[in-house]
Amino acid sequence: MNIQSCITIINEWDIVAARQLGRNVAKELGFGTVDQARITTAISELARNIYLYAGKGQICIDKLSEGGKAGLQIKAVDSGPGIREIRQVMEDGFSTSGGLGAGLPGVKRLMDEFYIDSTPGQGTQIKATKWLR
Amino acid sequence: MNKIISNYIQDNKQGILDQWIDRTKEEADDRVVRLVSDRVFHATSKEFIDLIISNFKGSSEEYKEKLTDFAEKVVRLGWPLTFVTKGLHTFNSIVFEAMQKDEIIIPDNQMDFVIEFDRWAAPMSNEIVSIYSSTWERTVSLQKMALQELSAPLIPVFEGITVMPLVGTIDTDRAKQIMENLLKGAVKHRSEVVLIDITGVPVVDTMVAHHIIQAAEAVRLIGAKCMLVGIRPEIAQTIVNLGINLNQFTTKNNLKRGIEAALELTNKKIVSLEGAK
Repeated sequence: MNIQSCITIINEWDIVAARQLGRNVAKELGFGTVDQARITTAISELARNIYLYAGKGQICIDKLSEGGKAGLQIKAVDSGPGIREIRQVMEDGFSTSGGLGAGLPGVKRLMDEFYIDSTPGQGTQIKATKWLR
Repeated sequence: MNKIISNYIQDNKQGILDQWIDRTKEEADDRVVRLVSDRVFHATSKEFIDLIISNFKGSSEEYKEKLTDFAEKVVRLGWPLTFVTKGLHTFNSIVFEAMQKDEIIIPDNQMDFVIEFDRWAAPMSNEIVSIYSSTWERTVSLQKMALQELSAPLIPVFEGITVMPLVGTIDTDRAKQIMENLLKGAVKHRSEVVLIDITGVPVVDTMVAHHIIQAAEAVRLIGAKCMLVGIRPEIAQTIVNLGINLNQFTTKNNLKRGIEAALELTNKKIVSLEGAK
């Protein structure tokens, strides 16, 4: 089973829409309030990265089910400038925009699984999954 | 040419109307059908045909007024724009096809009719689109204003203690306002302690946290102390997960505790009066 819905991120208000979608799906799947907050915060970070660095991209929310486990996957895809040093952006405190630099490493800690792929000049793809316990 | 079309529409009004209603309903998606009741749909369609006829007959000013009325009505009814423009297009093709069938339009004069149809359909759809967009623009700007009004008030509660309750999503614009209001208000009310209440903020991500930290830092520079209250348990967990350092803040889980702490800081205390039962 794989149900997907996507939100295109162009302006700041799309971040709110993506968050809302994530929260609804998380609620449907039966995540508790703490995990709902984790998921929405992770979506918020990823969507904001798209808005800030790529300008345009997509956030997709998937319902996953694998071996009797249910889960939620956030997929963030953009065709922006890409990330040159992935290792560097995964370090706490690294930011090119004067922010806190806790975004991506934070998302990794908020979710159970985290996958990032980026090619400079072509774009970035991030998948983050949370399993229902 | 103009007359031929308008007379044709007028003569075959009912037939065109029925066909049009059927076709638009067929083409419209479920969302629209659910939204639009049959009665309203019929009435509005009829009004639309009268409008088109008056386009051919009446003076242009009269027509323009009617068109504006109609478009505003459709907007009020909440019909999607695509539904209306598509309906206009469908109407054209129905009339065109019917006139072809009745051999009023023949290959020889076809081009003239196409141009004629376009000549009256274009201003109509333009007008509808422009009224739609201006209505939306008005709504958006009104909502923006409404949002700004509840954006970031600073409330003095005791001498030297002020509270800023934050409700809703914090975007870049609001963050700027929060900072300005916080500093201006703290100076104006001679605040010693400023409490920022985030009970109503649904998500605290790194950007929101960053703005709050900056605001607190600025408040510290003008000689007041900033306290963060209303941190819900799930927010506390996400802040820890994100690895955001709020060590320079005093934080409390609700406003009540925050005010108690603020009173303590300003050497005040609330006591119950003796004999007050």
